[in-house]
Amino acid sequence: MMTFDIATIWAFIIAFAVFVYVVMDGFDLGLGILFPLFPAKADRDVIMNSVAPVWDGNETWLVLGGGGMMAAFPLAYAVLMPALYTPVIAMLIGLIFRGVAFEFRARTTQRESNRWDIAFAGGSWLATVAQGITLGAILQGIHVEGRHYAGGWWDWLTPFSILTGLALVVGYALLGATWLVLKTEGELRNKAYGLSWSLLFAMLGSIGAVSIATPFLHIQYAQRWFAWPNVILTAPVPLAVAAVTLLLLRSLARKQDNQPFFLSLVLFALSYAGLGISMYPYIVPQSITIWQAASPANSQIFMLFGVAVLVPLILGYTAWAYWVFRGKVRAGSGYH
Amino acid sequence: MFEGWDAVALARAQFAFTMSFHIVFPAFTIGLASYLAVLEALWLWSGREVFINLFNYWLKIFAVVFGMGVVSGIVMAYQFGTNWSAFSDKAGPVIGPLMAYEVLTAFFLEAGFLGVMLFGLKRVGHRLHFLATAMVAIGTLISAFWILSANSWMQTPAGYAFNAEGQFVAADWLKVIFNPSFPYRLVHMVLAAYLTTAMVVGAVGAFHLLRNQNLAGPRVMFSMAMWMATLVAPIQILAGDQHGLNTLEHQPVKIMAMEGHFESHKDGAPLILFGWPNESAGKVDYTVEVPKLGSLILKHSFDAPLAGLDTVPRENWPPVPITFWSFRIMAGMGFLILGLGLLSLLMRWRGKLYEFRLLHMFAVAMGPAGFVAVLAGWITTETGRQPFTVYGLLRTAESASPLAAPAVGSSLAAFIVVYFAVFATGAIYILRLMAQPPHQGEQGPERDVHARAAGITPTAGAVAAEGSAR
Repeated sequence: MMTFDIATIWAFIIAFAVFVYVVMDGFDLGLGILFPLFPAKADRDVIMNSVAPVWDGNETWLVLGGGGMMAAFPLAYAVLMPALYTPVIAMLIGLIFRGVAFEFRARTTQRESNRWDIAFAGGSWLATVAQGITLGAILQGIHVEGRHYAGGWWDWLTPFSILTGLALVVGYALLGATWLVLKTEGELRNKAYGLSWSLLFAMLGSIGAVSIATPFLHIQYAQRWFAWPNVILTAPVPLAVAAVTLLLLRSLARKQDNQPFFLSLVLFALSYAGLGISMYPYIVPQSITIWQAASPANSQIFMLFGVAVLVPLILGYTAWAYWVFRGKVRAGSGYH
Repeated sequence: MFEGWDAVALARAQFAFTMSFHIVFPAFTIGLASYLAVLEALWLWSGREVFINLFNYWLKIFAVVFGMGVVSGIVMAYQFGTNWSAFSDKAGPVIGPLMAYEVLTAFFLEAGFLGVMLFGLKRVGHRLHFLATAMVAIGTLISAFWILSANSWMQTPAGYAFNAEGQFVAADWLKVIFNPSFPYRLVHMVLAAYLTTAMVVGAVGAFHLLRNQNLAGPRVMFSMAMWMATLVAPIQILAGDQHGLNTLEHQPVKIMAMEGHFESHKDGAPLILFGWPNESAGKVDYTVEVPKLGSLILKHSFDAPLAGLDTVPRENWPPVPITFWSFRIMAGMGFLILGLGLLSLLMRWRGKLYEFRLLHMFAVAMGPAGFVAVLAGWITTETGRQPFTVYGLLRTAESASPLAAPAVGSSLAAFIVVYFAVFATGAIYILRLMAQPPHQGEQGPERDVHARAAGITPTAGAVAAEGSAR
């Protein structure tokens, strides 16, 4: 049933790029989501500085996901983008506000800086809700005729897509809170622990709600998860979620600063794998498969050389950049 | 809102608007990244403090510009899908891989090393820091390589075939990448970016020299910028001429529009200096022209025949007035930059480079000249490609997404509001930074926040770790 032809390899590459984007920009969007809960300027400076050196690299994965999809699955890109027009534009606008806030708030007086704090938080919320809605809109299916999107420009808006939009806010906020546990100390870290507890339970609720709602969207989703013998392969996913949750609860209880963030990433990876199980082999659910959308083999092969050489290199120097800025970030004028 | 509007026209307006904002940032960062690498290299080599002060001074400006370039660039990457989905479907197999290579070879390189370049001087040591700066500079150039290759392929498509679905597919990737107009466009654009940066750096230097002629930082930056204008402006004019000849060979209709040649000339076409192209009448009104000079420039012979737009069906005409005028603005800016370079050379020779106030005022006025030239040049080449997205093969009207006008119009309105609010504010912050001269002991963009270099250490170890940190 699963053949490792070049289109499948590319489906995994795009899925990988989107996943790396989701977890990496996820935690820095999560910081923006949590920003209103940290009104003190000193705390906000620490929060911003914990990601200022890396946010740009995090966002580059979004460009790889989009650009890579145009290159490897142009038909899917051409159908999905007009279908998701409004949430995609909203996401871009949100990313503009939060992206410029990093430098702008450092270049301004106190009063103007407050304005860019609002832009950072508001932009992060907008981008996250829009991304979550995008996910829901893709899962619930898109009206395709021929090689075109054939629906209206509000088709994406349903109770299900709103649910996924809010679920992603919770998920990113959890990543943001556990990132703060990892990167800060003192009162700020204690507050982040408290938030991590509540957000973990909210995240579990969200995973549950989306998991329950998804099989009702299409009979194929239900069959994929519950029909025999698929269930042998799908059952471990929820079991693993339960196991990781227990580890996460334990690390929060024992205040092991460097564990909750990485366990939250695993929780995201499992949820993401669940989405992959639901969607495969469709790239536009229930209408376009990865093979129908694939660009000609010579385009995919041409790029595969680049990916094979460059992605390991990229992961290497990205890891180095994180390593340079490792450790806790502290407030106040330090030692030069 | 926007009922009854033309969705394709709105989509074109949106691309033109977002692209025009975006191109300003990379045009500046390509040049500035290279300038920063040169400044840091000079500092490491000579140890002179003025170079590190200038480096930190321009690094803060670079950080703001780069951030705006990133966020406006993400919009461009997604706009191919949102507003031009038919183009993405048909040309994606050829254009997509070029852009994917841009992301893989350039964007990640820039982003990966940017953090260390901006905030890491005190963490990684001088050599590694210089490596980071060099990587960011190289990344901007690699980015220019791929995106100009993609753009040039749309102008002069080569090495392609069609598949059963009607998509463009690559028959020969080398011919796709090194398509006929690419080398010319790459050279012309990279030189333009360098000159743009030189104009900004020169204007900032001149601005502070007008206030105080003895400041070391402004003297050095003004001198460096004027060398760039003196040496590179003539090369750029030559490169532009060669690019024009290449365009005449591969996109003659664009040249007709740029030159305002509505009529064919059997024995030598004039060079129309100014005038108002009248498309409906098919002629240029109020012309100021030099007989036969057009043929001399384009064909290197006074009497060479030159075909006009009368040989081209009207539905294949680009918008002539825009192409005609934007070209003149670009060329005019180019010659003004050359003039500034030559004047500075004269004053340098007379030993009055830092004293001659008229030169400094001229340089301040020329601060935005590079941006104007770059924008006008891009408007010339992109408008001159119309009415096609892939020249001669795919019409713009057949490239757009199947969207109704209200969707495209609303997003255009949103982008206009957001771009003006955000990027105008950014411009104000940059001008504020530029209004200060570089100081002794100038600090970079790093904040007053320091992480311990001791790695992942629990809170209990905080005090000990503080002691062991640098």
